[in-house]
Amino acid sequence: MPPWRTLAASAAVLIAGGAALAAASDGFQAFTTATALRVAVRAHPVRIPATVRLETHKSRRIALSDLRGKWLLVDFIYTRCPTYCVALGATFAQLQDRLAAPIAAGRLVLLSVSVDPDHDTPQRLAAYLARAHDRGAGWIAARPLGVQDLRRLERGFGVTVTPDPLGAYAHSVAVYLVDPQGRLVEILDAADADVVAHALDSRLRS
Amino acid sequence: MSRHWRAALLFALLLLPPIRKALEASMTWQMLAQIPLLALAGAWLGAAVPPRLRAAIDPWNRHGVTGLLLATLTAAFWMLPRTLDAAGTRATVDLAKYLSVSLLLGLPLALSWPRAGFVVRGVFVLELIATCFRLGWLYLATPVRLCTIYPFSDQRRLGEYLIALGVALVVWIAGKLFWGGVGRRRPQPVFTARGAWRNAGTNPAPRARDGVPAPLSRFFRAR
Repeated sequence: MPPWRTLAASAAVLIAGGAALAAASDGFQAFTTATALRVAVRAHPVRIPATVRLETHKSRRIALSDLRGKWLLVDFIYTRCPTYCVALGATFAQLQDRLAAPIAAGRLVLLSVSVDPDHDTPQRLAAYLARAHDRGAGWIAARPLGVQDLRRLERGFGVTVTPDPLGAYAHSVAVYLVDPQGRLVEILDAADADVVAHALDSRLRS
Repeated sequence: MSRHWRAALLFALLLLPPIRKALEASMTWQMLAQIPLLALAGAWLGAAVPPRLRAAIDPWNRHGVTGLLLATLTAAFWMLPRTLDAAGTRATVDLAKYLSVSLLLGLPLALSWPRAGFVVRGVFVLELIATCFRLGWLYLATPVRLCTIYPFSDQRRLGEYLIALGVALVVWIAGKLFWGGVGRRRPQPVFTARGAWRNAGTNPAPRARDGVPAPLSRFFRAR
């Protein structure tokens, strides 16, 4: 006699296990926390905390709500970062070229937020922009004014910042797209400026 | 100390906040120490399963297939970077990890392994080795952090250790194949499907069993 009971039990285990795996990965779409966040944001845009206070590389104090009405491309950096932030800076400089028209029209702002506000003074932020070959238009580097502001940004954008033993930070490397209503609508790969520019172009056209 | 007490003690030790924190502070310790130890606690618990219950489970777990499938799927679940992140940040998810790794991975593995024949065991060990190499390679090759709560360096170190573990498993299995061990087993009490303890002995005389013709039955030793 074929082992029917073992077959039935195995099928049940397979179905239950498959269902658990599917539920834990948004239907086999997202296996990491980062992709899960991307999937969730695309489906349900998240309002970003508007009252977070920032100090820019020109020592101006602003709130995130001051940037309402414009599209925002946000990344998270720290000026001592030797690896990813350099790549992020290069991506943003390329985006300044690719998206010069909406920037000139006042429809788009690029915003680099420091996750190391104690160290990243306005002078250091300005030096970071210079190193990344800032084209001089539409790119703001800023640090959160207080610890609370940084925490609210981390929560609002779903950014995880893990301090490393060497005074470095492991942090999420991505470009966050915020619409003029102040909602986080998409999280994009930071490696490819073309993809980011294309995503923004299609949003601006629609 | 009997095995189920050992299991309970190990489980309680792993649950102690300082030990739990230390093992979960790194991806490497969590995957190569905490999870295997939790599975071991569950496996020890297997000795406490009364023979009557074992006999009841038996027909549902021929050749240990169902149990090994359950163990594999449980392992796969906790291999998702997302679920490890969630376990590291939420206590309820971590508790679910503790319970499922011991009860749905270690325990079924202990109940099923002695019942698995040469072929089933071979498939399982091969898949384990392949998983070590696959994950190790992935961790070494990927340019991004897969778990958001662990640093990149930790992920790379785990990748190296997994490759080393894969190599060690290959060497071990090759040693077993070349210098014996496979097919030659120490006599041990084995619980048969017919409901009685008996001594399996070393290389029992071939006889027709479970519909397998007599000459073949010595190669398909599943009970």
